[in-house]
Amino acid sequence: MSSRAAATARIVQQNSIIVLIALLVALAGLIEVIRPGAVNANWVSNILEFAAPLGILAAGQTLVVITGGIDLSVANVATAAAYIMASQAPFGVTRGIVAGLLVGVVVGLVNGVGVAVFRVQPLIMTLAMGLVVTGTLNVYSQAAVRSVPGVPAVIHTLGSGTVLEYVPVSLFLWAVLAAVLIIGLRGTGFGRLLYALGDNQEATRLAGVRGWQVLLTNYMACGLLSAVAGIVLAGTVNAADLSLANILLLPSVAAVVIGGTSIFGGSGSYSGTAVGALILTVLNSVLTLLDVPDAVKQVLYGAIIVLLAAAYTRVLGRD
Amino acid sequence: MATAAAAAPRTSGIRFGRAARRYGWTIAVYALFAVLMVVTLIIKPDYGAFEWNTLTLAALPLAFAATAQTIVVLSGGIDLSVGPLMALANVLALRAMLGHDLGYSLIVALIVLLEVTLAGALNGAIIVLTRVPDIVITLATSFIWAGLALLVLAKPTPGVPFDFQNLAQGSTLSAWIPNALLLLLVIPLVWIPLRRSRAGLAIYAVGSDRNAAFRSGVNLGLSRVLAYAVGGFFAACGGLALSMTTGVGSPLAGTYYTLSGVSAIVLGGVSLAGGRGGMLGPVAAAYILSLIPAVLIYLGIDPNYGQMIQGVLIVIVVMIGGLGVVLRRA
Repeated sequence: MSSRAAATARIVQQNSIIVLIALLVALAGLIEVIRPGAVNANWVSNILEFAAPLGILAAGQTLVVITGGIDLSVANVATAAAYIMASQAPFGVTRGIVAGLLVGVVVGLVNGVGVAVFRVQPLIMTLAMGLVVTGTLNVYSQAAVRSVPGVPAVIHTLGSGTVLEYVPVSLFLWAVLAAVLIIGLRGTGFGRLLYALGDNQEATRLAGVRGWQVLLTNYMACGLLSAVAGIVLAGTVNAADLSLANILLLPSVAAVVIGGTSIFGGSGSYSGTAVGALILTVLNSVLTLLDVPDAVKQVLYGAIIVLLAAAYTRVLGRD
Repeated sequence: MATAAAAAPRTSGIRFGRAARRYGWTIAVYALFAVLMVVTLIIKPDYGAFEWNTLTLAALPLAFAATAQTIVVLSGGIDLSVGPLMALANVLALRAMLGHDLGYSLIVALIVLLEVTLAGALNGAIIVLTRVPDIVITLATSFIWAGLALLVLAKPTPGVPFDFQNLAQGSTLSAWIPNALLLLLVIPLVWIPLRRSRAGLAIYAVGSDRNAAFRSGVNLGLSRVLAYAVGGFFAACGGLALSMTTGVGSPLAGTYYTLSGVSAIVLGGVSLAGGRGGMLGPVAAAYILSLIPAVLIYLGIDPNYGQMIQGVLIVIVVMIGGLGVVLRRA
């Protein structure tokens, strides 16, 4: 590598968030070129509204990926949480929300026990739990619920309401969660333990850390965040069907990877993931503007994620 | 295990112990399948050739999906695009076969096998060239293959030629040896020569210890691409099996097979860490996973429980497996 390239790599490495934001701006510019006048306050508001559920879902994913794991049940948990929230809401909105969040905590607990105590590979544990969650939800929907439940007004406002015309309500929730995550990961012992576990589990154990407790808590946090994301998403699309969040599984992993968190664990940040979620949402908006059929959209989406991940790995020289 | 080894003569005892360690899980999987079959016979005393045929038909695509995943996992990777690759093969075959005779269909099948093998190889090549982890690339390419499948065929369409369907649906030899069971022979026909070859050994080597393999002069990139290509080949077999067993080209059939394929290999005793496992276990696991929904129906339970029970079964199996590792370490 020439010295200039090395210097560029170093700058990118140290300021990856700036590069990501530049990419985001470039994509927005592309939209403006394709359709002048499309990028306005309304568009920004829409992007933020649709990025919020993905950003929250990817938050849980970030926590797990930092420890060197992966959670493939986040989308199933989000769907189940939203559905159960909506079906329990007629008995009281609070009861509905608590029931929905409980789904996330319980599934996270089981995931955590499997990964942290029984040492099951996260991929398998969460994949299987995803099957269990979806299967259970299907049974539940047939046995307990007669019709597709509606979304309560509060949740609808949370997911798609705006303040001052343009600021989505869900942005406030997302911002609070993001602040907690960013500060928590950097500034708390728990956050640093997550990086330590992802970097070298054996060394962490030798340092006297009860790693299993940290991992268990972490998977529960991921489950809880997934449930929150599902409930917000139900509000955004104003529906809670049996496949609500399932399309967000790949984007949740992609947002983490694009955001610069190593899939092998030990490094990364939530700020990167949040920008990653915004990039993916804008990308979706570009593809929608181009008016391509869904199938082509899917192909392009996959191809772009491959390219972004490849470019990122190339520049940072990670493998 | 220990008592059995002690009872046998000393030399064969050692050999038995080693064999038990090596094949123990596979034997257990076949035992589990046998137990499940006995349970099925108790629940449904008139279980006959027809039901057995139905089971082999249901298990055929899944067995291929599991095989495709196994070869990739043995090389130390994971392919989350197996299902969409199957769907792609399935719809490509339908588009080309529609309204043609058996001879033409078979040529189409060969071309589809070639195309999807190349798609698999492309998965591998992208992973090797970009150095992005397998899971990220195959998750992304799963979107590409699924999108292509939707482009080839927008919605589920029947029309696979009947002669082609009969390749799997009939029972040419005897009622208890359905064609769908015989088609599984494709797996050993490809797998045994591969495993005995240098290339096959290299795949195991790369999967078990990449550094050691590299220092032994194994071409890492080539071996991994080969594993993904063979994975693509088996995924294509799975897609064609779907065409034969359902008679329908269905662009969305994939998702189920990615998940269940991974489930089958875990149940079948293939280590997700790579380098350890064979084909016998995953195929039996595919039969077990296909038998469960049938048993539920015989029991009169809502088949919706099937997915849940499958998941719970896998969770229990992997936890027991994990517990073994934890206890051995302690």
